[in-house]
Amino acid sequence: MAVMIQADGVRFAYAPETPALDGVDVSIERGTFVVALGHNGSGKSTFAKMCNAVLLPDEGAVYVEGTDTRNEAELLSVRQRVGMVFQNPDNQIVANVVEEDVAFAPENLGVPPEEIRVRVDEALQAVGMSEFVTHAPHLLSGGQKQRIAIAGVLAMRPDCIVLDEATAMLDPAGRREVLATVRRLNREQGITVLLITHHMNEAEDADRVIVMDDGRIVMDGTPKEVFSRVEQLRDTGLTVPETVELLDRLCQRGFSLPLDALSVEECADAIVNALFRKG
Amino acid sequence: MLKDITLGQYFPGDTVAHRLDPRTKILLVTLYIVALFSANGFVTYAVMCACLIVSVRLARVPPRAMVRGLRPVLFIIVFTAVLNLFFTPGDREFFRFGFLTVTDTGIRTAVFMVLRIMLLIMGTFLMTYTTSPISLTDALENLLGGLKRFRVPVHELSMMMSIALRFIPTLIEETDKIMSAQKARGADLEGGNLIQRAKAMIPILVPLFVSAFRRADELATAMECRCYHGGEGRTRLHILRYARRDYRALAMGGGICLFVFVLGRFGW
Repeated sequence: MAVMIQADGVRFAYAPETPALDGVDVSIERGTFVVALGHNGSGKSTFAKMCNAVLLPDEGAVYVEGTDTRNEAELLSVRQRVGMVFQNPDNQIVANVVEEDVAFAPENLGVPPEEIRVRVDEALQAVGMSEFVTHAPHLLSGGQKQRIAIAGVLAMRPDCIVLDEATAMLDPAGRREVLATVRRLNREQGITVLLITHHMNEAEDADRVIVMDDGRIVMDGTPKEVFSRVEQLRDTGLTVPETVELLDRLCQRGFSLPLDALSVEECADAIVNALFRKG
Repeated sequence: MLKDITLGQYFPGDTVAHRLDPRTKILLVTLYIVALFSANGFVTYAVMCACLIVSVRLARVPPRAMVRGLRPVLFIIVFTAVLNLFFTPGDREFFRFGFLTVTDTGIRTAVFMVLRIMLLIMGTFLMTYTTSPISLTDALENLLGGLKRFRVPVHELSMMMSIALRFIPTLIEETDKIMSAQKARGADLEGGNLIQRAKAMIPILVPLFVSAFRRADELATAMECRCYHGGEGRTRLHILRYARRDYRALAMGGGICLFVFVLGRFGW
């Protein structure tokens, strides 16, 4: 599989002596849905900003489909290929009409007006916001605003979308809306998704989970692999999903249960199986 | 409570006045102002009043909204009227009280000056009533485009204007929140004299400014992430195009302006 984003020994510090990234090596394949977890200050947001040259590494290098992000001549092309959605929806919406905002990126890229129209309509349809074309963004809900922000990125026709804690300020309903939208984009359009979050349950059906701590990648694997390492997760200051927590406690009481049952159904099945084996 | 403030005061609609190109409307208002300042007598002022009444009719803006627009300048209108009425020397004196005189010229200029201010305010208000702020900034960027040659940052100015307009509701909402937060901690915002009240604004303004700067920073990053790199090579979703009605409106406006200008020279 082709590599979308590759980081080689990336180091970065906002202030001397306190590295935010301390040697990050990772490569993210095209078309995958990757979730990066970590507590506050783990460096996950800094890493996200490396992916489209908002920040440049002090040492090491980041490549977007082979292009070095430090190459200034390719800056626009890198940013067009890797779209970024931020935490606060209010601070990334530029215009006061939905369609004007979605059109902002293609306008900057110099796309002809007729094609901007097509892209805006497509992007709004992809996030399920077609009926809001002429609405004022500040009157929409948080989840809707964040979907508009995703549409604004989609209008660039990116290969990859990075969501930098894009669900952190939303209520549970808004969070579900946004997650469902990016999952659909990943499945249907094959867009690579890098979702930065500290909500464990958003990682459940990712292709791959990366856990960061102190500016390093400490765990990397499928959700099942990562979440079954309960002790190590606790050490990095993360809570494990409730299902795994339950299974872990039962194990400590003498049951022998697999720790990789993430969804509620799997968890229930595992417990039922264990009970019948005992009985 | 702050949410009640109307800004931009745009009345959405689909009349001729709404459909005119925003650039046409700016040019028409400019012509209107030129005509208004060359109006000089009963005939010319009558023409100007007629222009305004016809335009308000065409735009289907409720007349009450037009009058409401005058309220903030009421003081200026009264002040102008009083000054002109009592302090203009003239041929015939109707009334004298100390240094205050009322003359025929005084009455005439007072009436005309008041009429001029009212027509000026209502005419420009009519434009903002029928044009959304976004299309106004677009039109300004387009009309002032020629100034780019003299290194006037036209694109940046219009971008700043439209972002400011975009953030007004967001910042108003935030001010409301901060005010509630400070009231919850016992801040007294309504009581006291003017100085005390001004002082009470400090704990509201400081957090508001801090957050506005943070917002600006985040917005700048988000704009860069969406490939913003200034006005160079930028295209637009909506392109302003003059239609036939725009040419007709401009021809009519130009004609009336010239007519008023010539009549004004003769003092009509």
